[in-house]
Amino acid sequence: MSEWSRALSAHAAQDIAAPKTFSGNRGLQIEEKLIFEQDSPGLCGVNLPEPAAFASRLGELERVGPIGLPGLSEPQVVRHFTRLSQKNYAIDSGLYPLGSCTMKHNPRLNEKLARLTGLADIHPLQPLSTVPGALELIDTLTHWLKTLTGMPAIALSPGAGAHGELCGMMTIRAALEAGGDPRRRVLVPESAHGTNPATAAACGYAVDPIPANECGRVDRAALESKLGPDVAALMLTNPNTCGLFEDEIVEIADAVHRAGAFFYCDGANFNAIVGRVRPADLGIDCMHLNLHKTFSTPHGGGGPGSGPVALAGTLAPYAPLPWLVHGEQGLELVEYKSGPAGTAIGRLKGYHGQMGMFVRALAYMMSHGADGLQQVAEDAVLNANYLRVLLEDNLSLSFPGPCMHEVLFDDRFLRDTGVTTLDFAKALIDEGYHPMTMYFPLVVHGALLIEPTETESKATLDEFAAVVTALSGAARSGDTERFHAAPILTPRRRLDETAAARKPVLRWRPELPRREAAD
Amino acid sequence: MSAPRFTKDHEWVRLEGDLAVIGITDYAQSQLGDVVYVELPEPGHRVEQGKEAAVVESVKAASEVYAPVSGEVAEVNDGLAADPAKVNADPLGEGWFMKLRIDDAGQLDGLMDEAAYQRFVEEQH
Amino acid sequence: MRYLPLTPADRGEMLARIGVPSIDALFAEVPVAARLNSLVDLPRAMGEIEVERAIGRMAARNVAAGSAPFFVGGGAYRHHVPAAVDHLIQRGEFLTSYTPYQPEVSQGTLQYLFEFQTQVALLTGMEVANASLYDGATAGAEAVMMANRLTGRKRAVLSGGLHPHYREVCETYARFVGFELAAQSPAPGEAEDLARLVDGGTSCVVVQNPDFWGELRDWSALGRTCHDLGALLIVVVTEIVSLGAVRPPGEMGADIVAAEGQSLGNALSFGGPYLGLLASRDKFVRQMPGRLVGQTVDADGKRGWVLTLSTREQHIRRERATSNICTNSGLCALAFTIHLALLGESGLPRLARLNHAAAVALAERLHGIPGVQLLNRAFFNEVTVRLPRPAAPVVEGLANRGVLAGIPVSRLYPGRPELADLLLVAATEMVTDADMGRLTRGLAEALS
Repeated sequence: MSEWSRALSAHAAQDIAAPKTFSGNRGLQIEEKLIFEQDSPGLCGVNLPEPAAFASRLGELERVGPIGLPGLSEPQVVRHFTRLSQKNYAIDSGLYPLGSCTMKHNPRLNEKLARLTGLADIHPLQPLSTVPGALELIDTLTHWLKTLTGMPAIALSPGAGAHGELCGMMTIRAALEAGGDPRRRVLVPESAHGTNPATAAACGYAVDPIPANECGRVDRAALESKLGPDVAALMLTNPNTCGLFEDEIVEIADAVHRAGAFFYCDGANFNAIVGRVRPADLGIDCMHLNLHKTFSTPHGGGGPGSGPVALAGTLAPYAPLPWLVHGEQGLELVEYKSGPAGTAIGRLKGYHGQMGMFVRALAYMMSHGADGLQQVAEDAVLNANYLRVLLEDNLSLSFPGPCMHEVLFDDRFLRDTGVTTLDFAKALIDEGYHPMTMYFPLVVHGALLIEPTETESKATLDEFAAVVTALSGAARSGDTERFHAAPILTPRRRLDETAAARKPVLRWRPELPRREAAD
Repeated sequence: MSAPRFTKDHEWVRLEGDLAVIGITDYAQSQLGDVVYVELPEPGHRVEQGKEAAVVESVKAASEVYAPVSGEVAEVNDGLAADPAKVNADPLGEGWFMKLRIDDAGQLDGLMDEAAYQRFVEEQH
Repeated sequence: MRYLPLTPADRGEMLARIGVPSIDALFAEVPVAARLNSLVDLPRAMGEIEVERAIGRMAARNVAAGSAPFFVGGGAYRHHVPAAVDHLIQRGEFLTSYTPYQPEVSQGTLQYLFEFQTQVALLTGMEVANASLYDGATAGAEAVMMANRLTGRKRAVLSGGLHPHYREVCETYARFVGFELAAQSPAPGEAEDLARLVDGGTSCVVVQNPDFWGELRDWSALGRTCHDLGALLIVVVTEIVSLGAVRPPGEMGADIVAAEGQSLGNALSFGGPYLGLLASRDKFVRQMPGRLVGQTVDADGKRGWVLTLSTREQHIRRERATSNICTNSGLCALAFTIHLALLGESGLPRLARLNHAAAVALAERLHGIPGVQLLNRAFFNEVTVRLPRPAAPVVEGLANRGVLAGIPVSRLYPGRPELADLLLVAATEMVTDADMGRLTRGLAEALS
C-alpha cells in the first residue's frame, strides 16, 4: 500500500474533532482560490493613463484575442497574496532543522540596503563611469570572499550553487584541455548532493562513485584506487553531507594532485568552518559558495540564490566573464575575452551576476566581521552537537562521535514500529516544526539530517529536542496513529503526489473542473 | 508460454511463441512505490542484454530497466501511458513493458528461475 | 552580536552537556596546519549604523535610473513596479521560506508558482511553463539543450538578432555540454534567411522577438520549415511586457519559449537577480528542466499543489537529470506574479501601449535629428539608430551631462567596427516628454 493510500485510510479511521464551518475556512486559515477564479473583467489594480492616439509601428504583429489574465483590484491582490503567505512556514516563523540548507535568520538590514536606489535602480549596461559604487561593492565582496577562502580569485556570475558547480567544473575542464590533457572521469562520493553528479555529467564527464567508510568519511583507499591519469577531478563536500569533517582531506588533496587532477569542493557546508578554516589551506582548487546559505541571503521560497566560485591560481585564467580587475584607472569590468581574460570560458549568465544578493551578503559579512563570522561557525557547530547529545539516546546516530554543523541520524530507531522516516517528519509538522532533511544522504537508510544553524537559541533547541524525543518514544511504544495520518493540523493534509505525476495539471485552464474528493 | 526467468536487477522475461515478454518484478514495483510513468523504446529499436531498455519512474525515484535478453522491440505496452498503475497492480501480467524478437533463446538459461529469484530477494533484506 | 542568540552562559552549559572543555574540541578533526590561529584579516563586527554608512556611500556614487533621463534597455528594462509588490514579497512567510518540498506547509509558495506558470503560459501563448530558471540567457541555453534531447540532434542555429549575452551563454554550454552552434552574424536592419540553414541535423533554430535591435518579425514561416525538417523553433523574448501588445511566440509556431521576466516586478539591480521563463508544449514537458508545480488533492479531497515530475531533477536523477538546477528564482517569480495580477487583462495591454507610444514618439524625434538614421521597420519599445560617428563616446559625453542615452552596440560587439556607430535606445512608460527632449537636444548638440 503506498504512503498516500495509507494516509487516506488513516484519515477515515481517525476522529478529527474540529467543527466543520460553512465557509470551509478555519479561523485564520482561509481557503483561497486562484487569481484566475476571482476575475472581474475590466478591473485593474494599476491606474495607467491611456496614451493619446498614435500610429502603431508593430508591423501587423499586434496581439489579437484575449490573453486570459484575470482582472483584480489592489485590495483583492493584497488580500490574495497575504492569505497565501499565511499558509507558509518560514524561518521568520520557526526553526528549519534542514541539513545541507543552512536556514539561518535573514537580516532585514540586508533587504533595506539592497533597495537603496543607487543599487537597485542601476542598469548593468549603463556607462561604467556612472556606477563606480557598484564596482566598488563587487570588489569589496570579492575581497571578503578571497580572504575567507584563502583563494586568489572569485568568479561572481553564477546564479546559484548548482550553477557555481557547473562554473567550477568548466574551469577545470578548460584548464585540462589547455594543458593538452583532457580527462574523462570525475570521482564523486556516494554521499554527495545530487547536483554534483548532475553537474559532472553535464560537463561531459563519466561519474565514478566513491563509497563512504564506516566512519562516514570518504573511503580514502577506495578513492586512491580509483585515481588514475583519466581522472579530471574529485568533487568533495567538506564538511561532508553526513556532517563530518573529512579528516584525511589534506592527504586526499595530495593524492588528487599527484594524479594530475583537480580538487573541487562543494561549499554548501561552509557555515561550519567560516572564519576558522580556509579552504585553500586544505588543498582545494575550486569551491563554490552559496550566498543563500552561509551568507544569509533569503531563500525566497526557492531562490534567487548566488553561487560565486573561489578559484586557485591554476584555474583563475579560465573564470567566466565578466572579470573585475584593478586597472591603471581603477576598477575595470572586463566583459569580453581580451587580454588576460582571453582564456576565460566565456559567459555563464547574462550581465554581471546576482548583484542584489551581493549587497545582502556584504551587509551580512560587514555586520558580523571577522570575529562575528568565526563565532557563526562555532555556534553552528555547538548547536548541532548540542542536539546530537540531546537526541542520540533516542534516535539512531549514524556515526559515533562529534559532528560539525549538522548531525546525521538514520531510521534504525524506527525499526519494527511501522513508522517510516517520512511519517516521522510529517508528525513533526503537526508539532509546529518544518522537518529535517530526509532520505539524504543516501549512504544511510532513511536518513534524518539536522542542521540548526547558529541563529537558533538554546531554548529553541531544548524545545525541539524534547518534541523529537517524545515523537520517537511514541513511535516505539506503538502510539503510531499520529504518524500515519500526519500532518492533520496544516492547511493541507498529505497530498497525492502520485496522481500529480501520473496526470500532470501544471496550469489553470478555464474549462478544468475543480477536483473534489477522490472518485 | 514459458515460465518466467529473472535478473539480478529485478526484471522478468518469459517466452510467448517467438517473442520474449519483459517487465519488472513485484519486488521492484514495491520498492519503487506508485509508478507514475514508463519511458518505453520505439518498436524496431534494438536492445542488448544488460543494457538500458526502458525507464520506470515513481514519485521519488527513476530506475533504468535493463534488457534481460537481446533483441528487437516488436511491441510495447501502450496501455502503460494511460495507466502506469498497472505496473504496481499486476507487474507480471498487465504491467508488461515490451515484447522482443530475440536473437538467442539460450540467453534465458543464464537467468534465475522463480525459486532462485525468491531466494535472491530474501537475501536482499 | 545581534544575530546570535547564544549567551556565554548558554555556551558554557551546552559545552558541559556535550562533555567537551571548549569549542576547539569540536574542531579537533581539522588538520593542525589548516587551522586559523587568529582572526582573518577583515574588519570587526559593525552595527547597523556603520554598515548602512559603508554601503550607502557606495550606493551614492552611482547614477540611478530615477535621477536622469533613462533610455537603457538591451534586455533589461526600467518599468514602474507598484508599491504593493515590494511590500508583499517582503512578508516573512514569502521572503524567508524554503523550497516547497514539504507541500503541507508550503501551499502559499506552491499556489503562487502555479499561478505564475499559468501566467507565463498565457502570455507566451504556450501550453505549459516551469517555475522559473536563473535568467533569460540561461533559459535560452536550457531551451537549446531541451531541443537537443527532444530531437536527438546536436546542432542549433542562432539568429544574428539574438542578444549577444544569450548567444555567449549558449556558446559556453555548447562547448562543455557538447553540442554545435551555427551562430549567425549580427545584421541589423537586414532580413535573415535562417530557413536555408535548417536540415535533418538541426535540432532547433533560436530567434528573438523583438530582437536585439528591437525589430519585430513574424517567425511562422520559419517555424513551418523547422517542423517539416523535424527541428524545433525556439523564440526568445527579452522584454516580457511586449507580449501585452505583440503576437505571442505560441501563435508563431514556437515549440519552446525562453524569456526574461525582469520587466515585471523586478528592479534593474545592476543585472541580477533576474527571472528566467521557460514555456513549451505539453508533449515536451518531461524534457523540461527546472521545477514544476502540479495540482492535486489532499487526503481530505481538497485541491492543493505539489512539486511534481521531480524525477527529471538532480536530487533524484543525479547524473541523468535534465539539468543540474536546484535553487531557481522563486521570489522574483512571486514579484512577477503579483505585478501581473495587479495589471491583469486590461492593464498589461495598456502598459504595453504606453511603452510602444513612447518608443514611437522617440523614434520620430530621433529620426529627425540630422545624421541620425532609424534602422527599425517594426518595433515595440526599443530601437536601433545609426549615428554619423561612433556611439560610445557620444553616450559617455551625454552621461557626463546627466542623460543615460542608451547602449552603444560596441559595448556588446567590441570586435565589430561596422557596428560601432549603432546606438540601442529604449523607451518605457517611465520616459517623459521632458526626458525625450533632453535626449534629442543632447544628441543633436553632440553630433553637430
